[in-house]
Amino acid sequence: MSRIPLLACAAEFGLLLSATGLLAAQAQTMSRIGNVTGNADAGKREYRRYCVGCHGPAGDGLGENAQWIDPKPRDFTAAVFKCRSTPTGSLPTDEDLFHSVSRGVVTTNMPSWEPLTRQARANVVAYIKTFSSRWATQGPGTPITIPAETPANIESILRGRDVFQKMECWKCHGPAGHGDGPAASTLTDSKDNPIRPYNFSTGSRFKCGETNADVYRIFMTGLDGTPMPSFADLMQPNDAWDLVHFLRTLQPLQTPEAAIWQTWLPAHAKELKPLGPDQGGR
Amino acid sequence: MRTRLITSLPLLALAVSAMGALSAPVKTAGGVSGTITFTGTPPRMRPIDMSKEPSCASQHPTPVMTETVMAGAGNTVQNVVVYISAGDQAGAAAAQPVRYDQKGCQYVPHVLVMQVGQPLEIYNNDQTSHNIHPLATINPEWNKSQPPGTPPIKATYAKPEFITVKCNVHPWMHGYFAVLATSHYAISGNDGKFSLAGLAPGKYTITAWHEKFGTQSQEVTVSASGTVTANFVFKALPY
Repeated sequence: MSRIPLLACAAEFGLLLSATGLLAAQAQTMSRIGNVTGNADAGKREYRRYCVGCHGPAGDGLGENAQWIDPKPRDFTAAVFKCRSTPTGSLPTDEDLFHSVSRGVVTTNMPSWEPLTRQARANVVAYIKTFSSRWATQGPGTPITIPAETPANIESILRGRDVFQKMECWKCHGPAGHGDGPAASTLTDSKDNPIRPYNFSTGSRFKCGETNADVYRIFMTGLDGTPMPSFADLMQPNDAWDLVHFLRTLQPLQTPEAAIWQTWLPAHAKELKPLGPDQGGR
Repeated sequence: MRTRLITSLPLLALAVSAMGALSAPVKTAGGVSGTITFTGTPPRMRPIDMSKEPSCASQHPTPVMTETVMAGAGNTVQNVVVYISAGDQAGAAAAQPVRYDQKGCQYVPHVLVMQVGQPLEIYNNDQTSHNIHPLATINPEWNKSQPPGTPPIKATYAKPEFITVKCNVHPWMHGYFAVLATSHYAISGNDGKFSLAGLAPGKYTITAWHEKFGTQSQEVTVSASGTVTANFVFKALPY
């Protein structure tokens, strides 16, 4: 019943805490992109020059241009990010932020910052992480694993069409992927601003990338802060790849999937039930 | 280290129960109870149009009303979370899961109270997809889809917070998670009454939270026996 072991335990715990605190604080003012190390102090200068107009001096997304912008600039103090390789609810990796800054966000006012050097972009990423204490108290999530892509053939596309129906993607994105589903007009983001679901017929790029793996990642991790949820608990990798292959046929692109679909469709259109509320599918 | 702590627990429990046996005639726990009311114009609840979701609309013979302010006779308020916000030695989190249902495109219960670290299970009883989007700001904000017939979503929250929950597919669906650090809490019924029992004698701050009316706190002193009364009066602002 002696008190000593307890005290010793507490002391050890305290030591451990302060050590992890130190590490976290360090991680918060630095970023690591491949072999480039970003520094928040240097990033502040870049931020004040390029980012502040929209994202604001306090990083709260209330820069002087913000009122004219829709969707609104990201609020870094909330540390909730759309484009992540990590599960819903977790922080993105430094690389995720770096890619968002570099790529820009299509259909929004966020341009590509590719013209800045890798070092400058890494610095900005480090500085962005100083706006929320979440970076100090929790590390980024563990990126989801994306297994090798399954063959893109007509069977896969048709299975993906069934997934689209079953997961009720059409509720927001519409039966033809035009972003006009029954719930589309009511959607709001986490700050109660109206937001539109993605219209697949408008182009080739998504907010978080353009490759098949990017599409996979988008619906498996969800776009946090928006109505787009994560489907990671509901889909096996095979289903997810099938869905990717089907989604590609909704885009005005000459992708391999679109070619397969367009060759198959004319002779088989009557076999398909329409997608949407009438219990469609095959 | 851990083994020492664990072995000491039964001994401690023994000691406590021995003390309890010695002082058996004296009650060692008091409580706080009261009624929650509001002054001003009762906010009017509106009928919800679920016609966009026929599978849910058909479950309700009469339109469901919004649940923002559920007033009872005599301006009492339901769904007020009353809890000890200071003076409580919070124990271990409850291990049994709390259940949150989506039924007829409504959240049941409208306000779900849980302790920090307590397992939470979310069920979809409907024939439509829901997405569960708790808009946490202190805890991580996540957003998961739950089509019909899929297993419950399991989660826990690490920090105390009142979290708005919404479904993006059905914009009328609004609910709350009240994540508390204490195990001493109550939620008011339609008669506005609440009661917190099993409190050791001492000074406490008790806080009442309502989704529309906000929070109020007051200090109470609980004696070794008997129940202290603490009423809360919220003010309904005209709108």
